[in-house]
Amino acid sequence: MAASGRLDLVDSLTGHRGRVWNVSWNPTGTVFASCGEDKTVRLWTKSSGQRTWMNKTVLTDGHQRTIREVAWSPCGNYLASASFDATTAIWDRKSGEFECNATLEGHENEVKSVSWAKSGNLLATCSRDKSVWVWEMSEDDEYECAAVINAHTQDVKKVIWHPHEDILASCSYDNTIKLFREDISDNDWVNCGTLTSHESTVWGIAFDKTGTRLASCSDDKTVKIWQQYLPNNPEGVVTEGSEPTWKCVCTLSGYHSRAVYDIAWCHETELLATACGDDTIRVFKETPASDKNEPEFELVCTVHRAHTQDVNSVAWNPKQPGLLVSAGDDSRVNLWQFKEETIIF
Amino acid sequence: MCADRLENVNPELFQKCFERDITPEEEDDNIVDEFDSREIFDLIRSINDPEHPLTLEELHVVEQKLVEVNNENNEVNIHFTPTIPHCSMATLIGLSIRVKLLRSLPARFKVSVEITPGTHQSEAAVNKQLADKERVAAALENKNLIGVINQCISV
Repeated sequence: MAASGRLDLVDSLTGHRGRVWNVSWNPTGTVFASCGEDKTVRLWTKSSGQRTWMNKTVLTDGHQRTIREVAWSPCGNYLASASFDATTAIWDRKSGEFECNATLEGHENEVKSVSWAKSGNLLATCSRDKSVWVWEMSEDDEYECAAVINAHTQDVKKVIWHPHEDILASCSYDNTIKLFREDISDNDWVNCGTLTSHESTVWGIAFDKTGTRLASCSDDKTVKIWQQYLPNNPEGVVTEGSEPTWKCVCTLSGYHSRAVYDIAWCHETELLATACGDDTIRVFKETPASDKNEPEFELVCTVHRAHTQDVNSVAWNPKQPGLLVSAGDDSRVNLWQFKEETIIF
Repeated sequence: MCADRLENVNPELFQKCFERDITPEEEDDNIVDEFDSREIFDLIRSINDPEHPLTLEELHVVEQKLVEVNNENNEVNIHFTPTIPHCSMATLIGLSIRVKLLRSLPARFKVSVEITPGTHQSEAAVNKQLADKERVAAALENKNLIGVINQCISV
């Protein structure tokens, strides 16, 4: 009996002109934001009783160039957008509608990614200028740069925060993933881990719900699973000082025929979805009872031509299990519902 | 782009190929005529070199035999050969080929533009940059750069 499933297309939404780079759900899963080449952020929602997702709001005039990524604050009241114009805009809905009330400046060139810490008052951005910035938000909505981290040697593609702690992960054109945390003694942000194994640009990273595992996807056409090992771990994995070691425990190769641009790890169903340059969305599931030190993942679903061009982004709805949104170079935003199928031969 | 000093002062010149003969089949709208390497080559052979008043074909930077088309998989793979192994224009030439094909071919095609193996000292770095669609997209939003590229690909 093999695990298997399918993704049914729920909606295929048009509105953006040109490539759509990113999609992101709000924390309650009732609204998602999309952004792209046309310099707009679009908010989509489904009114009660209606079957289709509708574009309710278009946020314009926040940026001069492509908007690469959008991210929601954990409270859902703020939206951050990272742009090739070297700025990050913060939109809030104090007035009832989302309005751009702050712009974070400082990066030398394109901002590639933005992410909010779960604690809510920390924000991270990264750029082609090779740096990662940590921003602190004060109670009166002032943003102050708390750290400029120059740990990567190339263009930094993405930043994400740990699901529970103030630990930051970044991935880069330099083929590595790095972890950072604040050193309490001097309030300095320090590199507390470098994950090396990918052979080309690491485009996407995602934590599982426990935060003890990380998935990464790369231009080298593979997906890797990394496991955290704390000091004195029973497996005997060597650690340094009080820092945990992250070890690559699984490589999924041979599934993707082109660069893998994004990966999403569902905290409800634990399914892994990937967005690939071969126009395909794939879903992987961990084999039941697989060893955490040598886990096995099965490909449970493949949607060829999920978009008519590259798929750039995938995101699982945080509340509705199996609801996935994707964005592509074909200007479309597609919604999918995952259904498990049990095949009995 | 007019540098004060040319990098390659005296490049070797090559004969242009003959114009393509148009066959009756090609003029027949009822016959499906898939893209072939000659057709792709025709799109890029007249791109101007950024340094010399010559085309990429005349400098042997592009050749028909280094154009690969796979219609079924929607793939076009181009290798180009810089005139000298330390050519600083390699990225710009590759980018011009990319832009020309992005604008001319249907969106279904995945275009890869790489340096002919063994012909440039920073081959891997240039190839990686040309394959990174995010960096290419950002580069094409740069007004100065797109101006130079438009000049290279103008007929």
